[in-house]
Amino acid sequence: MAYNLKEVLNKKVRLSSGHRMCAGCGAPTVVRNVLRALDDEHNAVISCATGCLEVSTCIYPYTAWKNCSFIHTAFENASATLSGAIEAYNALKEKGKVKKETKFIGFGGDGGTLDIGLQSLSGAMERGHDIAYFCYDNGAYMNTGTQRSSSTPHFADTTTSPAGKEVPGKMQRRKDLTEIMSKNNTVYVAQTALVGNLKDLHDKSEKAIYTEGPTYVSVLSPCPRGWGYDPSDLSVISKLAVDTCFWPLYEIENGVYTVTYKPANKLPVEEFLKMQKRFKHLFKPENRWMIDEIQKEVDEKWNFLLEQEKNTHKDNA
Amino acid sequence: MEEELSKVTSNILKDGNAAHFHTGSWRNKTPIHSKEKCKNCMLCVAYCPEDCIKQKEGVLTDIDLNYCKGCGVCAKVCPFKAIEMDEKKEV
Repeated sequence: MAYNLKEVLNKKVRLSSGHRMCAGCGAPTVVRNVLRALDDEHNAVISCATGCLEVSTCIYPYTAWKNCSFIHTAFENASATLSGAIEAYNALKEKGKVKKETKFIGFGGDGGTLDIGLQSLSGAMERGHDIAYFCYDNGAYMNTGTQRSSSTPHFADTTTSPAGKEVPGKMQRRKDLTEIMSKNNTVYVAQTALVGNLKDLHDKSEKAIYTEGPTYVSVLSPCPRGWGYDPSDLSVISKLAVDTCFWPLYEIENGVYTVTYKPANKLPVEEFLKMQKRFKHLFKPENRWMIDEIQKEVDEKWNFLLEQEKNTHKDNA
Repeated sequence: MEEELSKVTSNILKDGNAAHFHTGSWRNKTPIHSKEKCKNCMLCVAYCPEDCIKQKEGVLTDIDLNYCKGCGVCAKVCPFKAIEMDEKKEV
């Protein structure tokens, strides 16, 4: 069915108003639109790794989650919890005790996905459970005050990698979990962001949720406090991340790469960096080499993706 | 429901009850919607982190200021500049 934003918006809302995320946070927008990919008739079991999203959507005695079953989990075990839930559901279904079609969805920030929750995520994927796992990636532990995570971009300033005389911000490159996941039994892996009319996000979420087997989607979720930009710029900064190829939109289906968006005019990465306070130190004249380094990394990844797309499509043709 | 919430229990009595918590008090800017400029493209509804922009059958009906935190995402995403942010908390 062709994508129609107006029709999609008529679907059930599964994350209500009244949650305590910061003004302008990308995560609630991501979650709400991911869950709009679900059929209204289907139930969802959602497990959320500790992070901003989890702690601010269910502050006792309130919960912002509705029309779904929500499991509050720790940092390490969001995917393991889903594995357990799915096994229980299958057993009950076999006995005819549950009838309603249920989908199992995990949400985690980059800390709960790339660092602390990686072992349970990797385990659940390896066991082949029918889980759709979504990582809303804001590139640091924003919940506790912007500590670096393995998803923090190279040279970004965080409280545990402060840019100054001793270190130039985070010294290591970003962990590329999307690529790691594609080599880990995962049948569908994708990377998306909040751009345009959200067709890309919707299509990939739908594919992830309704593809049988383990799937993983990484969604860029800008954080106005941690990144240091004006909260109103959510759509602007996401668009720039995509147009500079800092955050390429692509998917890997059974090993076949497809780059779903190729910017007509690939912008230099500065355009994305200069909006953010965490990269402010890069714009001192003596730090020009850092921008060049980031540009080099972005180009490498982009060319790798284009090359992979060409090669894997050729094999299949 | 309000009554139920005031009881001390170990259970959350209803899903989505965060709607009883009005985050509108956080706001320091207020979105003003212009019906004349609006083409009902619904981008603001899709992007609003608070889900406080209401629509019915493809027509934008209301911005619920009980929840609006005044982030201004709706004003920036609107291609027709139909939402403007007023620098006041209440209008």
